[in-house]
Amino acid sequence: MSLLSSFDIGATGLTAQAMRLNVISSNIANVESMSGPDGRPYRARQVEFSAVQKHGSPGAGVSVTKVIESDAPLRKEHRPGHPKADSSGYVMMPNVNPVEEMVNMISASRSYQMNIEAMNVSRQLMLKTLDLGK
Amino acid sequence: MNAVPKYDSLVFNEAALKLRTRRQEILSNNLANSDTPGFKARDIDFAKTLENELSGKNRFPNSIPLSTTHQAHIAIKPIEEDPGLLYRVPSQPSMDGNTVDSDIELSQFTKNSVFTEAALTFLGGTIKSRMSAITGQAS
Repeated sequence: MSLLSSFDIGATGLTAQAMRLNVISSNIANVESMSGPDGRPYRARQVEFSAVQKHGSPGAGVSVTKVIESDAPLRKEHRPGHPKADSSGYVMMPNVNPVEEMVNMISASRSYQMNIEAMNVSRQLMLKTLDLGK
Repeated sequence: MNAVPKYDSLVFNEAALKLRTRRQEILSNNLANSDTPGFKARDIDFAKTLENELSGKNRFPNSIPLSTTHQAHIAIKPIEEDPGLLYRVPSQPSMDGNTVDSDIELSQFTKNSVFTEAALTFLGGTIKSRMSAITGQAS
């Protein structure tokens, strides 16, 4: 049933975009986290999307395959008095770029809205189908 | 032009509705993958696919047929992909290889949903008029 599968496809889009928003919130929240559970500065994370293929259908939506950590160099701050400072007085800070994160967040929220829009339209058509012949 | 329609309106609208809902699925898949790197937007040639569907010939227009001239030859099955599924030509390709243009997809999606609604209305009208023909009274 094609219209019902457009609901499922929309739902995969929502789940994936929500996960992306979660990761972005985590990045923004940890913009100053100079030590994580492993004692090292937090590294910015990103989700990796991939298209889902299902046999006998044009496509079955999107899924998050993994969360990857950014390889960008850590930010160095000069704070000689800090207990975590190295011999030259530098402290390693997370490689989160707040501007990038905000842009990413807007993109994710637009995509989320687009999927909701698509699901709403499918819902209206589904209801209209139920009224067929009345 | 022939005044008599080529196909029965019930048959025609059913096929049109089926194809419309399938296109709806294809387009919502494009929208869901608007941020997937390397994803290529797909679509169908609606008029051609509908014609193929109605005439019942060439269900798999993208596949190349293989003729068997000997009894030991094995006929190949057509590729089990959705028949008539094409790739959209991007106007502004993005760096990650994704060809989904969300504006185009959304406008096509909206257009397709209006046509789906039209097909539903026509189908409903046909059913209604047949019912009044059967019962002999206006509904």
